[in-house]
Amino acid sequence: MLDASPHSFDRLPAAPGVGYKPQHFQDIRNDPGPVTWLEIHAENFMGDGGRPLAQLRALAERFPISVHGVGLSIGGEHPLDPDHLDRLARLVGWLNPASFSEHLAWSTHDMGFLNDLLPLPYTERTMFRVAEHIDQVQNTLGRRMLLENPSTYLAFDESDMSEIEFLSEITRRTGCGLLLDVNNVFVSATNQKTDPISYLNDFPLAAVGEIHLGGHDEDTDEHGAPLLIDSHGNPVVDPVWELYRHTIVKGGAKPTLIEWDNDVPDWPELAAEAARAQAILDEMVA
Amino acid sequence: MTVSQDSFVEALLTPDQPVPHGLSDPEGRAAGKRFDVYRNNVAVSLTDALETAFPVIAKLLGEVNFRNIAGLYVRQHPPQSPLMMFYGAGMPAFLSDFPPVAHLGYLPDIARLELALRESYHAADATPIDPAELQALPPDRLMTSRVTLAPAIRLIRSSWPIHAIWRFNIEDGAPKPAMAAEDVLIVRAEYDPEPLLLPAGGGPFLAALAEGLTFAESFDAGLSTAPEFDLAATLGLLLTHGAITKLEESP
Repeated sequence: MLDASPHSFDRLPAAPGVGYKPQHFQDIRNDPGPVTWLEIHAENFMGDGGRPLAQLRALAERFPISVHGVGLSIGGEHPLDPDHLDRLARLVGWLNPASFSEHLAWSTHDMGFLNDLLPLPYTERTMFRVAEHIDQVQNTLGRRMLLENPSTYLAFDESDMSEIEFLSEITRRTGCGLLLDVNNVFVSATNQKTDPISYLNDFPLAAVGEIHLGGHDEDTDEHGAPLLIDSHGNPVVDPVWELYRHTIVKGGAKPTLIEWDNDVPDWPELAAEAARAQAILDEMVA
Repeated sequence: MTVSQDSFVEALLTPDQPVPHGLSDPEGRAAGKRFDVYRNNVAVSLTDALETAFPVIAKLLGEVNFRNIAGLYVRQHPPQSPLMMFYGAGMPAFLSDFPPVAHLGYLPDIARLELALRESYHAADATPIDPAELQALPPDRLMTSRVTLAPAIRLIRSSWPIHAIWRFNIEDGAPKPAMAAEDVLIVRAEYDPEPLLLPAGGGPFLAALAEGLTFAESFDAGLSTAPEFDLAATLGLLLTHGAITKLEESP
């Protein structure tokens, strides 16, 4: 029941964007400040109509939109849900967004949808399956997608390659791009006791079409080791801003999203995070 | 040691089950609390989704009770699609069959009302008919006509005072519910669904209209339950709220 498509933009600008929350609709329309593009969670706009789609249509006339899927379960052991892929194709076909991205994770199982981004072992077997699913998504949508690096809390003993090797090979096999979540890099590196700078130095930055920045929670495991949890409910922490600066210096300016999904702040606080990203992007130009 | 997604899920949904072998921390120790992060994310996010979906049920039960019951629901009825906005469709039946809340007989119908409000919110947009179109029809032609209701329209019929209970829990200063059977029509003039209390006979009348019966047949259905059924008033309600999208005269 979707009517004529709104205006569409070719690409996301190499500038700040934010994850769209309905409570910010009027603020964004009145004064978006440093925010030049918006990201939506695909699944929240898969109803037949009503306010969500009306707001999306209005915003899409003015801002490039990134559609970010959270429910495809690209890493699932089972085939992709054809109904869900159809719904996605319908939304993407109507909106013709500037970008589509999903996660290197799984969330669906025989027994249902688990509403979390669950981890994967980095093996040839996983690679084969993920590449097959990405091919299917790209063929169905008729466009290149971006795949996001995960936050991880544990490691699979069976993994026989690094996350970087895995992601690099996936982009080679499928032609997909990458969404680099710098907070995820920091969270995973802390949890896995690895060095986030060397991770970023090895990351195939040329394939990166978008960067995510978000907040996390701090905890410790039962041995007293730090355990960071990707919660998207806090400001971006200083070490993540530093890693972001490092990424931009090395890879150049990229579309950069402030991701704040829980305990969502009022617009000025979110816009201030976007302004901070803009300031770092501006340093590179200066 | 490989960890299948089957064994991952089994451990995920059963908190007292050991973490699958083959999942480790950076020192190579078993991933105890690290695995619990995923357990917690799944349980909390799905319970949160239900709390957002059923605010009045949560208020009636109290937050702690609601979250306990929702936790059971999540284990028995995990979402069957990634569209979290429709999660919880099985809640009315679950509450009907859950002995600890059997004394709150109205709960399942309140859950149906809250589900219907969400469905209405996400339903397709539609253009209502011009009220003049209906008002222009001579009564005999109107009585043999049928209508199409807007996609956002929902009818909830109950032997409990569901509208009064819903209002009492949503609206400050709303009157205390008194025992009555109440039928509710959810309308959505633009984007905000609104539950309207139907006058006596309105429930059977609208159920008949929604089934595709004529105005005459639907009027009879209304009258047979409530001799005082007021067709003009009910029709006025439908037109005011843009509930009718198509009027078809019998050939």
